[in-house]
Amino acid sequence: MDMAVSDHMAAGNDRPDIQGARFSAVPADGRPLAIEARGLVKSFDGTRAVDGVDISVPEGAIYGILGPNGAGKTTTLRMLLGIIDPDAGVRRVFGHDRPHDIGRLIGYLPEERGLYPSMKCIEAIAFMGALRGLPLKEGRKRAVALLERHGLAHAADRQIRQLSKGMAQTVQLLGTLVHEPRLVVLDEPFSGLDAINQGKLEMMIRALADDGVTVIFSTHVIHHAERLCEGVAIIAGGKVPYAGSVEAARDRIPAQVRLETRAREGAWLAALPPETRRNGDFFHFPLPESGIEPLLKGLIEGEAGILSLSIERAGLHDAFVAIAGEAAARQLAADSEETGA
Amino acid sequence: MIDTVIRPRLSAMEAAWVIARRDFVAVLFSRAFLFFLLGPLFPVIVGGLAGSIGGEVQREAVSYEVGVAMSAEDTARMVAAGERLAPQLPFALPRLTPVPQAAADPVFDARAFMEARQGNYAAILTGTPQFPKLVGTEGQIARWQGPVGLIAGHTLAAEPAAFPAVSADLVATSAADERTTRIQTAQIAQMLLFLLTMLLAGMVLSNLVEEKANKIIEILAAAIPMDAVFLGKLFAMLAVSFVGIAVWGTAGFVLFGGAGEVITRVTGFDIANLPAPAVGWPLFVLLGILYFAMAYLLLGALFLTIGSMASSVREVQTLSMPVTMLQLMVFFLAAYTINQPGSGMEMAAIAFPLSSPFAMLARAAMEPQLWTHALALGWQALAVVGIVKAGSLLFRKRVMKSGGAGREKRAKGLRTPA
Repeated sequence: MDMAVSDHMAAGNDRPDIQGARFSAVPADGRPLAIEARGLVKSFDGTRAVDGVDISVPEGAIYGILGPNGAGKTTTLRMLLGIIDPDAGVRRVFGHDRPHDIGRLIGYLPEERGLYPSMKCIEAIAFMGALRGLPLKEGRKRAVALLERHGLAHAADRQIRQLSKGMAQTVQLLGTLVHEPRLVVLDEPFSGLDAINQGKLEMMIRALADDGVTVIFSTHVIHHAERLCEGVAIIAGGKVPYAGSVEAARDRIPAQVRLETRAREGAWLAALPPETRRNGDFFHFPLPESGIEPLLKGLIEGEAGILSLSIERAGLHDAFVAIAGEAAARQLAADSEETGA
Repeated sequence: MIDTVIRPRLSAMEAAWVIARRDFVAVLFSRAFLFFLLGPLFPVIVGGLAGSIGGEVQREAVSYEVGVAMSAEDTARMVAAGERLAPQLPFALPRLTPVPQAAADPVFDARAFMEARQGNYAAILTGTPQFPKLVGTEGQIARWQGPVGLIAGHTLAAEPAAFPAVSADLVATSAADERTTRIQTAQIAQMLLFLLTMLLAGMVLSNLVEEKANKIIEILAAAIPMDAVFLGKLFAMLAVSFVGIAVWGTAGFVLFGGAGEVITRVTGFDIANLPAPAVGWPLFVLLGILYFAMAYLLLGALFLTIGSMASSVREVQTLSMPVTMLQLMVFFLAAYTINQPGSGMEMAAIAFPLSSPFAMLARAAMEPQLWTHALALGWQALAVVGIVKAGSLLFRKRVMKSGGAGREKRAKGLRTPA
């Protein structure tokens, strides 16, 4: 399998490639790749933090790297950005294997937010732009406009140390965007934000994508990835067992049937598939390959007394459980609760 | 959305400039900078104490060699008498050495020889043992007139009852005299250079702690190469140092302008009479600035690397003592070689990058050749680049935990065409 040109399943996963998906060197919709990574490996002190990661992100996409804490998300992003070099593997950003060579095109918001506390907001934003090649004067001008647009005009001349945490995070995000990058990399951007600011950030990410900017972010919150992303890489234990479109990930799991009956026992139980799980008054099972009609017939003839029956398409969470396993899903849920995200 | 006018990346120097500009402004407009400007009070005290050590070195640096330009027979007798007496009067007698030029020249003119600043003799002894004559500067003759008479007496008789009077022929200066006095200039310049680097280069030690503590280092590392970060920080602190030196220099100038006489009377040292350096004052000052910059960048690059490995301010404080010791060792190495021009030790001090600026500044005071400075400055600049590269690589590997696969691949020519 040529990983460079395929929407890929990572090593160790024997499922075939998802045909027709958009993540390939020449995606179905013709978009070139913003990011390509193949076989990225990184070890720290003998421990393999990232183990053969393959990712392909087309230009203009919103792409999520989804996994629990310690799965290798940040290390993967740092390798993609050239902050650290991989021990093995190849990375290309807009076709360049040295991301610093195209630093002007990239914006990066690290997980651990960092700003000079004594700097004024306007200067902090302009400085971050200057690091990416934006002239300081132009950076200041844009900083004023950005701060105004995000309701922080009053804080323009305040020092970073005088800002609330949320405001400081917004300032840093504006600094990430001030030079108008073509690729924005956000490491756990939602962590530490309240619900309102999370909503604002989601809107900003969508707006960036509408402008043709590629956005890649890491998260351990499935809902963010599900709401925003057209593509995800699921990462667990340093490996990427799935990288592809969200839709394709969900399609890997059959639709789930949720059934509520009046009768508790009876011949109708024989109509249910063997994978059925009972949860209180409800039965959950995957939609049989034969379709819903034979099932309905069995239930009616067996006098199940159907109170409700719904067919639900699998969510990204179900896909995550199926792909990464129960343990990773449990950790993901625990991480989400811990951060309140 | 994309501004195509702006290039896709900053050059290393442009990136360094962004960092340097931020750091320079941040330091200069901080309240702590005022305290920093008061810093020299301490080295002034230390300098005063160290001056006495310098005086000792200078005394040792006085030349003991007196050239003998008598007839071959008299020369041999004088040298032999001197050698006989030397064990009984160590350090009190000059070492008599035949002047080869005199032996080869029947009309040898000792005065012209001295005035041409040839040789490295404290004085030249001519005439005969009965009527010896010393040619040299006033100070050297005053020092050696008596001892030479003593040797001459012993040349004439094993137990002389009378000692010939040694007549004198004064010359304005000589190579040995100039060297002796220029050592003073060299020492003061070296001491000043040391004090300034000790005072200023230490600041670099904690320079990356802020970035690490505030997690800004991630943003910097993602945007620009780490060696540009290092270089920018170094140049920012160098610029801050020059601001400090300008302030202190102005203050010193004003102080001497107003109370120069009092200071000279109290200290017994008149800076206006400092012997002119061999390369002349304007060039010496220029070389002083350049060597300060080099000493600062060399030590600073090393300190920045050491400091970047520290994870907290406390660790940096712990490191400051051994770092100061390192500075002292470098200074002592260069100071030790002042009175050994051309020796292996001096060459080692010049070749070792950290002591090279100190040794070369002393050389500028003592020797007039200029090409050696061009060579030394080039070598030192190369060493700065080397230390910065090595430091940033170490930082990436040890602190950023970056591997080397990318570099290895590039080295093997596997780079993907853009």
